[in-house]
Amino acid sequence: MNIRNDIAPPTEWPEGQLSRVPYWTFQREDVYAREQARIYQGKTWNYLCLEVEIAEPGDYVATHIGDTPVIVTRAEDGEIYAFENRCAHRGALLALDDRGKAKDFTCVYHAWTYSLQGDLTGIAFKDGIGGKGGMPDNFCMAKHGPMKLRVTTLYGLVFGSFSNEVPAIEEYLGDEVLACVERVLKGRKLEVIGRFTQQLPNNWKLYFENVKDSYHASILHLFFTTFEINRLSQKGAIIVSEDGGNHVSYSAIDPDAERDEDYAKEKIRSESDYRLADPSLLDNFEEFGDGVTLQILSVFPGFVLQQIQNCIAVRQIIPQSVEQTELNWTYLGFTDDTPEQRRIRLKQSNLVGPAGYVSMEDGCVGGFVQRGIAGVPEHSSIMEMGGHDAQSSESRVTEASIRGFWKAYRREMDV
Amino acid sequence: MTGVPLSQSELFHLIARAQAAYTRCVDDERAQSWPDFFTESCLYVVTTADNYAAGFEAGLMYADSRGMLEDRISALNEANIYEQQSYRHLLGQPDIRNVSDDGIDVETSFMVVRIMRNGGTSVFASGRYIDRYVVEQGRALLAKRIVVCDSKTIDTLLALPL
Ligand code: FES
Ligand SMILES: [Fe+2]
Repeated sequence: MNIRNDIAPPTEWPEGQLSRVPYWTFQREDVYAREQARIYQGKTWNYLCLEVEIAEPGDYVATHIGDTPVIVTRAEDGEIYAFENRCAHRGALLALDDRGKAKDFTCVYHAWTYSLQGDLTGIAFKDGIGGKGGMPDNFCMAKHGPMKLRVTTLYGLVFGSFSNEVPAIEEYLGDEVLACVERVLKGRKLEVIGRFTQQLPNNWKLYFENVKDSYHASILHLFFTTFEINRLSQKGAIIVSEDGGNHVSYSAIDPDAERDEDYAKEKIRSESDYRLADPSLLDNFEEFGDGVTLQILSVFPGFVLQQIQNCIAVRQIIPQSVEQTELNWTYLGFTDDTPEQRRIRLKQSNLVGPAGYVSMEDGCVGGFVQRGIAGVPEHSSIMEMGGHDAQSSESRVTEASIRGFWKAYRREMDV
Repeated sequence: MTGVPLSQSELFHLIARAQAAYTRCVDDERAQSWPDFFTESCLYVVTTADNYAAGFEAGLMYADSRGMLEDRISALNEANIYEQQSYRHLLGQPDIRNVSDDGIDVETSFMVVRIMRNGGTSVFASGRYIDRYVVEQGRALLAKRIVVCDSKTIDTLLALPL
């Protein structure tokens, strides 16, 4: 039996602080249970959905924060609400679809009814039949209902929290990370162009480490190098938020290199036999006016905003068990895309997702770790690339943002 | 379509043969000549029933030329890293929905099991092909194949085409 908020030894972290992570953190049921209590139900903001997915009153999305099923709604008053997807009576799910439109939620089991704001508004046979049976007179509906979440929005993204203590989302992100969200989403009308779910055969933290791992990108993912798609003219950096949990990794066309004619020639020089038969995959348009061709942004504990050229997507990481994780991809366009721009986004979507030229490996590599570490819970990973701290860095050959994650993780977990 | 109009049954056999050859190519020849089953300008999209119903255009794979299909295979051969695996397709009978000057619209259900390096065999995908075939020089070629997977979830990754 797992007892929430309790964790059996070993709980020691090896010497070396942030640059060592013991493998038992990816393997233990009691750690997983503690994560649910202290992280997902704790002082964190969790991505729920996009505002555009609940545009009209009555629209709802059913999702999860960690293990906990939640419903996000747009109520009659135009506001967004989120509450547990669980009947107050005896615990059945209230919403049985991933999304839809509803006037209220009526539990299928015994027909207790809830408003779009998550208030218990009706109980079937409350007064019994013919004066017999029914609920006690003093039962107070207002006192019973699914737990309501704090909700916040940020440029079309909807986040929820079980905590009243977590600071406002802007503060939670930190100024620098916030600016990078603004860069992609501010003032724009989002449009969903596809939704896909990927089942990852590994602990959720292995995927989140991977997202924050700028060291592996050009090593594990060989697509760009194989096809000689030149990346030398790129400069970039890593931003790690003050508290460690959030990060941005970006690369940009270096304007100095770009002006250099030799560099332009370099771009078409070839040594490998491999060329794209149809290079239209690489067509792109300047969308942000800053030359940044890649920006990967993560928010503790499980949100990613991705810009790879014109391929924009959000990813939601949902742990399902110690060794299983659900990764939800939502591919985005904007309502003012021209048909040509939309086509470019559709073609570039080949780069990402479960079949992505530069992301399919991320779907399997977490499983390679999960299987690789079997039987050695007391061993640790080594993460000293770029030193031992969790600071922003001009180099992307660093594991600083992963160390930042562990800094935040250990603080919230108190381990 | 060119030449003498084909009878319903000739058409059915032509398409059934094309489908059988396609699955053999993917399952037993690591999809090496897979692009040859398509016309030069074609559309190949792998999506899910939810996306298809919602009219979302993006795919897990999205190609609008045979060249893009060739690039898929080159990338699988040369660039992408994934554990050794293979598929076995089981196809239903092609359901010829419509025949016009533009081509032959066909729907076919499929089931794909994936066989992993460690011997694990599991149902990887089920769904339907929504196809448009054209007949060129006696061969049925795909001008369009929308692979609509029934489930919204892909296990681990999608490497070989469906
Ligand atoms: S469990 Fe919902 S009404 Fe009984
Ligand atoms: Fe990666």
